[in-house]
Amino acid sequence: MIFAVISGFILAALVPLFSSFARNLIPKIYPFLPLGIFIYLGTCFSQVTQNAPMHWSYNWVPSFGVNLDFRLDGLALLFGMLITGIGTLVFFYSSYYLKEDKYLDRFYGYLSMFMAAMLGLVLSDNLISLFVFWELTSISSFFLIGYKNDDPSSRKSALMALGITGFGGLVLLAGLIWIGFVGGSYSIIELVNSSELIKSHEAYPWIIGLLFIGAFTKSAQFPFHFWLPGAMKAPTPVSTYLHSATMVKAGIYLLARFTPVLGGTDSWNWTLILVGGITMLYAAAHSLFRTDLKSILAYSTISALGILVFLLGVGTEDALLAAGIFILTHALYKATLFLITGIIDHETGTREVTSLGGLQKVMKPVALAGYLAALSSAGVPLFLGFISKEIMYESTFHFSNWAIILTASIVLTKVFLFVAGFWVGIKPFTGNLPQEHAKAKMPSPLLWIPPVFLAGLCVLFGVFPGILDAFMQTVFNSMSPEGEVIHLALWHGLNWVLVLSLLTLGLGFALYKFLKPSQSLKGKLAPFDKFAPIELMERIGITFQSFAGSWTGFFQNGYLRNYVISILIFLTVLAGYRLYDGVDIHLDWSQISDITPSEFLVVVLMVTSIFFALITKTRTGVIVALGIIGLANCLFFLYYSAPDLAMTQFSIDTLTVLLFMLVLFQLPKNRSFSTRKLRVRDGALSLMFGVLISILALEVFEAPSYTEVSEYYAENAYLLAKGKNVVNVILVDFRGIDTLVETVVLVIAAMGVFSLLKLNLNPFNKE
Amino acid sequence: MNNSWIVLPILFQLVSAVVLLLTWGNIKIQKIVSILLSAIGLGIGIWLFLLIYNHGIQVTQSGNWPAPFGITFVADTFGSTMVLLASIAGFSVSIFAAGSMSRARLRFGFFPLLHFLIMGLQGAFLTGDIFNLYVWFEVIIISSFVLITIGGKKAQLEGAIKYVALNLLASIFFLIGIAFLYGLTGSLNMADLATKVQEIDNKGLINVTASLFLVAFGIKSAVFPLYFWLPASYHTPPAAVGAIFGGLLTKVGVYAMVRTFTLIFAGDVFLSLILSVMAALTILSGALGAMYHRHLGKIFGYLIICHIGFMMAGVGMMTELAIVGTVFYLVHDIIVKTNLFMVSGLILKINGTQDIKELGGMYKSKPLLSLLMAIPLFSLVGIPPLSGFWAKLFFIKGGLESKEYFLIAFIILGSFLTLWVIAKVWSEVFWKDAVNLPKKSKGIFFHELSSTGKWVLVLPVIFLSIISLYIGFGAEHIVSLSQRIASELMNPASYIETVLSQKTIEP
Repeated sequence: MIFAVISGFILAALVPLFSSFARNLIPKIYPFLPLGIFIYLGTCFSQVTQNAPMHWSYNWVPSFGVNLDFRLDGLALLFGMLITGIGTLVFFYSSYYLKEDKYLDRFYGYLSMFMAAMLGLVLSDNLISLFVFWELTSISSFFLIGYKNDDPSSRKSALMALGITGFGGLVLLAGLIWIGFVGGSYSIIELVNSSELIKSHEAYPWIIGLLFIGAFTKSAQFPFHFWLPGAMKAPTPVSTYLHSATMVKAGIYLLARFTPVLGGTDSWNWTLILVGGITMLYAAAHSLFRTDLKSILAYSTISALGILVFLLGVGTEDALLAAGIFILTHALYKATLFLITGIIDHETGTREVTSLGGLQKVMKPVALAGYLAALSSAGVPLFLGFISKEIMYESTFHFSNWAIILTASIVLTKVFLFVAGFWVGIKPFTGNLPQEHAKAKMPSPLLWIPPVFLAGLCVLFGVFPGILDAFMQTVFNSMSPEGEVIHLALWHGLNWVLVLSLLTLGLGFALYKFLKPSQSLKGKLAPFDKFAPIELMERIGITFQSFAGSWTGFFQNGYLRNYVISILIFLTVLAGYRLYDGVDIHLDWSQISDITPSEFLVVVLMVTSIFFALITKTRTGVIVALGIIGLANCLFFLYYSAPDLAMTQFSIDTLTVLLFMLVLFQLPKNRSFSTRKLRVRDGALSLMFGVLISILALEVFEAPSYTEVSEYYAENAYLLAKGKNVVNVILVDFRGIDTLVETVVLVIAAMGVFSLLKLNLNPFNKE
Repeated sequence: MNNSWIVLPILFQLVSAVVLLLTWGNIKIQKIVSILLSAIGLGIGIWLFLLIYNHGIQVTQSGNWPAPFGITFVADTFGSTMVLLASIAGFSVSIFAAGSMSRARLRFGFFPLLHFLIMGLQGAFLTGDIFNLYVWFEVIIISSFVLITIGGKKAQLEGAIKYVALNLLASIFFLIGIAFLYGLTGSLNMADLATKVQEIDNKGLINVTASLFLVAFGIKSAVFPLYFWLPASYHTPPAAVGAIFGGLLTKVGVYAMVRTFTLIFAGDVFLSLILSVMAALTILSGALGAMYHRHLGKIFGYLIICHIGFMMAGVGMMTELAIVGTVFYLVHDIIVKTNLFMVSGLILKINGTQDIKELGGMYKSKPLLSLLMAIPLFSLVGIPPLSGFWAKLFFIKGGLESKEYFLIAFIILGSFLTLWVIAKVWSEVFWKDAVNLPKKSKGIFFHELSSTGKWVLVLPVIFLSIISLYIGFGAEHIVSLSQRIASELMNPASYIETVLSQKTIEP
């Protein structure tokens, strides 16, 4: 199994190697990858449908409990077969659809990577490895949306999609770790057992909140839905595969997967009902205002995802079953519709539904696929769509007090989707064939066989739903472990649900006859655009960007003195607070020895030069004054019998002065930058800092101290180190390394001086 | 265990630098010798790492003066890992510099300075003495200062002034802190300090001293609100210098912070809280700055700040789990940031500019190089399972454990903005068509180089990318290494015991 998942990544990584010599072979070879995995999954089919999930486990980062634990149960198998099955068709389809493309090899690389990631996602039983694959699907989607990278809107859409799903992904990560933290395991199957523990934990609302954001962003739920229409910039096979059939269902998968762990509470159910409900209605209504085939499909896909979230929210056994079947139904008919859209675009060069018609005259099989898919989407009897719709209505119809509202909203959604499906699947093929498209011709079989095949499945499963029984039973059991035995049938008896079903068809057909897609209809939506989430999000983005500018500019304002001031303020406040908070300040002057005249002199020298440095107007003056302070320090060292130290200090000080001079000469002439007020502020700050450090120094001086080390030096300097001057011995023996390294510092500084003096790559000279 | 060979990484770099000084001015020889010596240095780094990994902590007392009287060098797992990482970065940069630096700059001692800088870093990672650490910091500052100024361009000097002024300020605070510590305990040996600080009654003074260290190391590691020197200076020097800076300079601050706050000032709750708040704002400031700028060097510079915030978050949480995250991130970050600055240098070499608004079309013109550059870029973002991802697991779990939820929020925000910035860079530099590439470059264009010249530039990037991939895919190794380091740091008893065990001197 690990090979099945990893092979996609390996093939993706091999693309750059192949592309130099076998670039044309890639589209011919790579489609066999999903096909092979599909067949492999097929061999697992009988075992999984007997309710015996299969396991594979590979250690990865066991120290954090991250392992590749693959578990193939009904839900995983359903998704796995969709991923590889539709994947196979899309891989073949693309090899012709993008035949002319220069970078087709890359395209297959990304597509293989995506497929592998998606497969890993649905197979993972481990939360963290699930997340790893989750993010990989986002990133491959980024590359695929931005595949036509010359187009600015493609790039923008790719960024937006990555922004939304990437953000959701990171939030999800926090949620997943939190689940693992509370539940004590990263294995989903083990977490089912601690379901009650998690649900009663105080963090439960946070956990599901984070999880929801992850799922909603990925599955394009309101108000995060807007990246999906943008993602339609990707080539149509990509839209078919990622943004309709598989990747966008990852969020649904996640919610379904976690239903046995986290589901069944009011906050779980009602959030999903609300968000799913809004999304399905909002998007279904929106799809009627579009004229671009792919836009219509994008919004109807969002709506379908909304339905799925809604059903998971309803959460009854019927609803979960309906969700399971609808995942399959939707994938089949929506992929068909996308693929025929691609064909239409490929052959006529347009996707404007208003300018299309009568294409059945030139491409019969494609038209047939379109009709079948549209009918399945509408939920006409004898199509799979009918069966899923029946169970959907069944579930809402029996849902407590809210049955009427919930049923009404789903019926309404279904009516809108009826129209959307007909617009894409039927309208372009019926009516008169416009002149400009008369030359359109039948495409290669590589293009038309995949949609026809999928449409055929819609009918096959619709007429004989019984063949899905065993499969759907295991899918259902993944979401509801103790679920009842199900049986799918065409005929559910004469009841209200059937009436509603017929009503949907009637209303839908009436609306289709009455409402024609048109540009003016699209225009009617324009006034509301500024309230659309995409607008809000863009405005937030712009505000945030300008906030970034002002924040950065405020702190990094270019003035060294401001930086120094900020740092000093920070330290003064921090240390001052801690001093005030934790130290009793008492100064005992009696401990301090008398001041000798020479010390006094040196201090006077220092203080004078400090004031000179403050007052003088020239840079040179300041540097010289500071140099004097350094030299005065040398004198201190001399008084305390440390001539070596004094020598070192002397050389370092001289060098530093020189270095500074050289660097400063390159800078513009000194001007007076500060006003009187600023100087007072700076002075006060310096004073405060100085006082603080002085108090601290005195306190430390008075604190009792260990003298073990200094006594050791005093005792052993002569006996063991053979030196009479303790300070010297410390410098050259006890702590000789320090001295050695400081010498190196001198050497380096000398090199600096040398290069500054000699090498001058003037900005105006060429380097 | 006693082993005086553990100072070999330091000594070897010193000798290398001196050898290179002897060949002053002869660039051709210097290039070869430096690469060769760096390779041997890398070998020594590997040797030391394996030695410590297999045989545990090793100590040597300089001049054979028993601790705490002389200067102690200690190689524990943390230190030796850092030595290895510095050797890896040094090796790559040495190669990259040989290919990218202009002759004039090389003539004025770039290579010896590089080895002096690495020596300073190795010293800082191996010393067990707080004042000696200060001395190594001096080496680092002065050599990096000279490295920034080599060439003497106006922008360089302006950046250099800010760099050196603020870093010297940090050194002063550090030195004052050391003086206070010495005044309170009478000792400079870190292991000895660890025991003596615990015994002191006047905790108030220790806490104030700790805040001095916090600010000193905070400046070095570029934490909010002390990071100013970094954005002011990192984009000015040539890419090879930027690479060694971006990879290692701030990290040595993080190293010092982790070392002192786990060993000497362990258990200071207020300090942890301050650090957590600073970490959150560091993440924010870094990410915002990266969003705002359009010069690659500045973007990467601000991203360094942002990710320093991640590591600080781990230090702020101060649990073993969080420290695992910090150490893991440190390992990842040193490799990836060194690589990123080399990548930005490469982009400059190819296109003649680093402005993302002007750049473009790299994916079309250099597809394979683009894919290569994608490795460090997306490792930095932490697209799982690349190297930047794993540490976040520990940060988030650590935050849950210590209930510091706001830090988790900031880590997620920081990760998201990093993702956004890098995606934008990718879209602008690699996807978009070039807008306004300069016709003439200040140096030699990439395509004008001989094929050896090209490989010299590309090889180090490949080398570090492979290491990044290893850190990501072989995360188990790094995680268990980080866990071992974190456990040693949080339970320093064996460190202290090993250092102080040898009390008597043998004649």
